[in-house]
Amino acid sequence: MIPVVLGITLIVFVLVRISGDPVVLMLPEDAEQWQVEALREALGLDRPIPVQYAMYLRDLVRGDFGTSLRYTNQDALPIVLERLPATLHLTLAALLVAVIISFPLGIVAAVYRNRWPDVTATSFAVLGQAMPNFWLGIMLILLFSVTLGWLPVSGRGGLNSLVLPAVTLGTALAALLTRLMRSSLLEVLNQDYVRTATAKGLQRRLVLLKHAVRNALLAYVTVLGLQVASLMAGAVVTEQVFAWPGIGLLAIQAINSRDMPVIQGVVVVAALIVMSANLIVDVLYALIDPRISYS
Amino acid sequence: MSGLWGFLRRLLSSPIAAIGTLVLVTFVVMALFAPQLAPFEPTAPNLRARLAPPSWAGGPAQHVLGTDHLGRDILSRLIYGSRIALLVGIAGVTLQAFLGITLGTLAGYFGGKLDVGISRLIDTLIAIPNTILYLTVLGVFGPSLVGLVLVIGFIGWTTFARVVRAETMSVRSREFVEAARALGQYTPIILVRHVLPAIMAPIIVVATLNVATVIILEASLSFLGFGVQPPTVTWGRMLADGRNYVATAWWLATFPGVFITFLCLSLIFLGDRLRDVLDPRLRGR
Repeated sequence: MIPVVLGITLIVFVLVRISGDPVVLMLPEDAEQWQVEALREALGLDRPIPVQYAMYLRDLVRGDFGTSLRYTNQDALPIVLERLPATLHLTLAALLVAVIISFPLGIVAAVYRNRWPDVTATSFAVLGQAMPNFWLGIMLILLFSVTLGWLPVSGRGGLNSLVLPAVTLGTALAALLTRLMRSSLLEVLNQDYVRTATAKGLQRRLVLLKHAVRNALLAYVTVLGLQVASLMAGAVVTEQVFAWPGIGLLAIQAINSRDMPVIQGVVVVAALIVMSANLIVDVLYALIDPRISYS
Repeated sequence: MSGLWGFLRRLLSSPIAAIGTLVLVTFVVMALFAPQLAPFEPTAPNLRARLAPPSWAGGPAQHVLGTDHLGRDILSRLIYGSRIALLVGIAGVTLQAFLGITLGTLAGYFGGKLDVGISRLIDTLIAIPNTILYLTVLGVFGPSLVGLVLVIGFIGWTTFARVVRAETMSVRSREFVEAARALGQYTPIILVRHVLPAIMAPIIVVATLNVATVIILEASLSFLGFGVQPPTVTWGRMLADGRNYVATAWWLATFPGVFITFLCLSLIFLGDRLRDVLDPRLRGR
């Protein structure tokens, strides 16, 4: 995990350096040369690049991402953290939507292989992967907000404002997970231990839920964890469609105004969430599959 | 030649794959002959025909899919938009494939510190939510067609690298590679002549499916204003315009999405069939 964190900070450091001289951005246009030199020295920008990177890492560890250029005199990190709950609500709700749809649909597709429930589930899975999620969002707004008037068009209010963004963000993941659940379960259903369980007279439902599904879950949970990065990425576009005030919308605003301290805050915080999700998946493995232990 | 025909016959023997190929060919023809096929100039405004609905929904007969907020013909814009979608999709994936195959083969064949280094780089790139990274880099360098392709290629090669690395590891100790090594062939020749052909099947499958992913990505970035800039027509930009008129002119946002979905569906159908034909181990996944 530490090399990955270092890698991420290095990418951000390089991007910040490429984006332009921070001293020029911080000083007025008519600043004297000696003022530029003095500020450069004060910020340590006259030191060698490896020293600058070390200083940058030290600041990051202290939570000092710099001062936002857009929100004057405000530290970048609190601005990002203030928007984080909105994104977390959205991604968790999307994750829930994806699981609620894909789990039963994948099982039904595998159990009724090559029959109409399978064809329906597989068609949904393929369509869900081919559709751009932001287009689905616009179509949902058209149907449920404009035509039927059931749900709000945009913004973050009560629970009903979460429904359309969560379905929009969760559908592509649901499609992927349905496909995965179907194929993993089909593989497990052909295993000897499932045949043995059936042969010893266990009820079909018990064989399916206790023996087959539990074993198929490992691949399902793995991909679920790996897809947190895709969800966070998808959230950027979904937040734009629904004017959802999360870190995705903040990132777009920050990029448009070249507010590098806020951008690096968003990148580092988003990456840390993705890595934490992968860590949680590792812990979940041990719970799902007792053969795995980390001792 | 008969091998190619046999392969094509097997590929197209599935009705779904045949439909996918037909749709894909239609889009390619549309992109190549856009000036001949488009009934109107895609960027020419006609303020007297603003927000006209499709002809079959009560609009003027000459605008089959209606017009946008500047009176531009939607069908013509969709036809021209297919050029950018396919261009970015194919060029982006070609660059991704080049980088991913090179780094994946090196990591898988040599192992050791090189493998650790490349694997860490992959882990780092997939830990950052990709849209945020794409937007940040495009924000720093400024959006352009070439910039977009380069960014998609340089950030999105990880899928290729992971697949190629795993496949290379499985073939590097096979007899034909050992034999080439024992004969004293140069390592680059072993990699290009022996290893690469043996792992081509999954690469072709990943490439086909990745074109669909990149087309959706390009549309997302254009939707957010970081794709190819106007006056060039992109489906993502059309969707962004349509989002603003969703309450009054449903056709603006509906048709670009339908086009993207159909193009991606055709690629997914084709990719799935290629997987069945080229790599039977993965059938049904």
